[in-house]
Amino acid sequence: MMAALTSELRWHRKDLLGIRELCADEITFVLDNADAFKQVGTRDVKKVPALRGKTVVNFFVEPSTRTRTSFELAAIRLSADVINISASTSSLTKGETLKDTAKILEANHADIIVLRHSSAGAAHFLGERLSASVINAGDGAHEHPTQALLDLYTIREKKGSIAGLHVVIVGDILFSRVARSNIFGLLKLGARVTLVGPTTLVPRAFEQLGVSISNDIDAVLPTADVVNLLRIQHERQGKEYFPGLGEYIRLFGLTKARAKLLKPECLIMHPGPINRGVEIDSELADGVQSVILDQVTNGLAVRMAVLYLCGGIGKR
Amino acid sequence: MTEPQNSSTALASRGSLVMDAETIRRALRRMAHEIVERNSDLSAIALAGIPSRGVEIARRIAEFIGSVARTQIATGVIDVSLHRDDVGQRADLPVVHPSHLPVPIEHRTIIIVDDVLYTGRTIRAAIDAIGSFGRPARIQLATLIDRGHRELPIRADYVGKNIPTANGERVRVRLQDVDNEPDAVWLIKDQTS
Repeated sequence: MMAALTSELRWHRKDLLGIRELCADEITFVLDNADAFKQVGTRDVKKVPALRGKTVVNFFVEPSTRTRTSFELAAIRLSADVINISASTSSLTKGETLKDTAKILEANHADIIVLRHSSAGAAHFLGERLSASVINAGDGAHEHPTQALLDLYTIREKKGSIAGLHVVIVGDILFSRVARSNIFGLLKLGARVTLVGPTTLVPRAFEQLGVSISNDIDAVLPTADVVNLLRIQHERQGKEYFPGLGEYIRLFGLTKARAKLLKPECLIMHPGPINRGVEIDSELADGVQSVILDQVTNGLAVRMAVLYLCGGIGKR
Repeated sequence: MTEPQNSSTALASRGSLVMDAETIRRALRRMAHEIVERNSDLSAIALAGIPSRGVEIARRIAEFIGSVARTQIATGVIDVSLHRDDVGQRADLPVVHPSHLPVPIEHRTIIIVDDVLYTGRTIRAAIDAIGSFGRPARIQLATLIDRGHRELPIRADYVGKNIPTANGERVRVRLQDVDNEPDAVWLIKDQTS
């Protein structure tokens, strides 16, 4: 504990755009801060004045319920004022460009813009152009940094540390920003990562990131410390990437029979929304190894930490 | 309030030693006695240290109280980062520590413990932070150093040492268990003068 007390690392970023550009110390710094924000949730008054007078704009050009709600609650707990803008209510549908919409938000004195967008790089684009803080809440199939941070936080909370763990990510890697952000974070913190899925959704090119790839889930599960199951993102796939759901379940679904291969202490994670009976058996999703609800609770703490850190520093 | 960067030898050449390990020890022991004197029911008090050094000072005072009054007194941590009044004005941010207080705090006297009392803004934030845990019977303040220059109507109930300072000077506290340096308090002269 004393080592943590004298930590001299300090946060200096106004934006959180991705995990790729963070160093291991910065990731650990955010996770350490999240501890303090998780504690706030146990107080009589579950709200702190940290961002009082700041305005947070949840700018979700792509639909989302859980991430937007989590960011909204996090901002409220920090005493910020929050407004939500979704694609259907914004002028983007009237032909306004992303940059113009963002400039208008900033002209209205938005201090922090939480952006969910279908195009990779959208958050970077705004971060470079605005003096407001920009938090990437998912950009296309690129990154979803707060999801990776809450996954890392949950793993660290349950396992003590991340270095040396074997983390298996199963499913639609190709279209998954969650997978990409998780891979960057896990590798930086010293975990071993194996990606499992049909070759069409787990291209060999991912090996260049430093992960292993397998098409045989049964061979990988016995050594896993964490299994992170991803949803098949039909909405992002323009064509069929595997013959059918029945075959996907048979080859890659975490069924009850298959779960017997897991170590008893192996964590089962899922970023949601869950397709029960497809990537995971319904009973397993609610079982003792599942930390899916912890992920949601921790997501709030992690997002409070990110909003506080990025929104709390002085702007140029 | 205290600076982590420079090496102690470089600073020592520009500053003067105002407390050494033994004077710090005596000051904290005296503060412990004063706390015992002024609080008839020690089971109803709790020390709340402000990270990092306030936590260590609270631990030491609690130890002295334990040996004087032969009773274990409750201690906690109160981090003030989320209650500060300078949000958006700092270039970088240190880690926020989890706060914990012995609950319920409703009928307790909470004694805030810090290393240096200066503007009083940190203490204002600490009082505010304690309020989010409940409504204590009363809040008191213990500080190793009071260097003056208050910007808010706040005063300490227990003071280790009053050090008259100029605004440009810095008070540098080092505690073995936090800084891995021998216990000492230095007054560092104004760099511009």
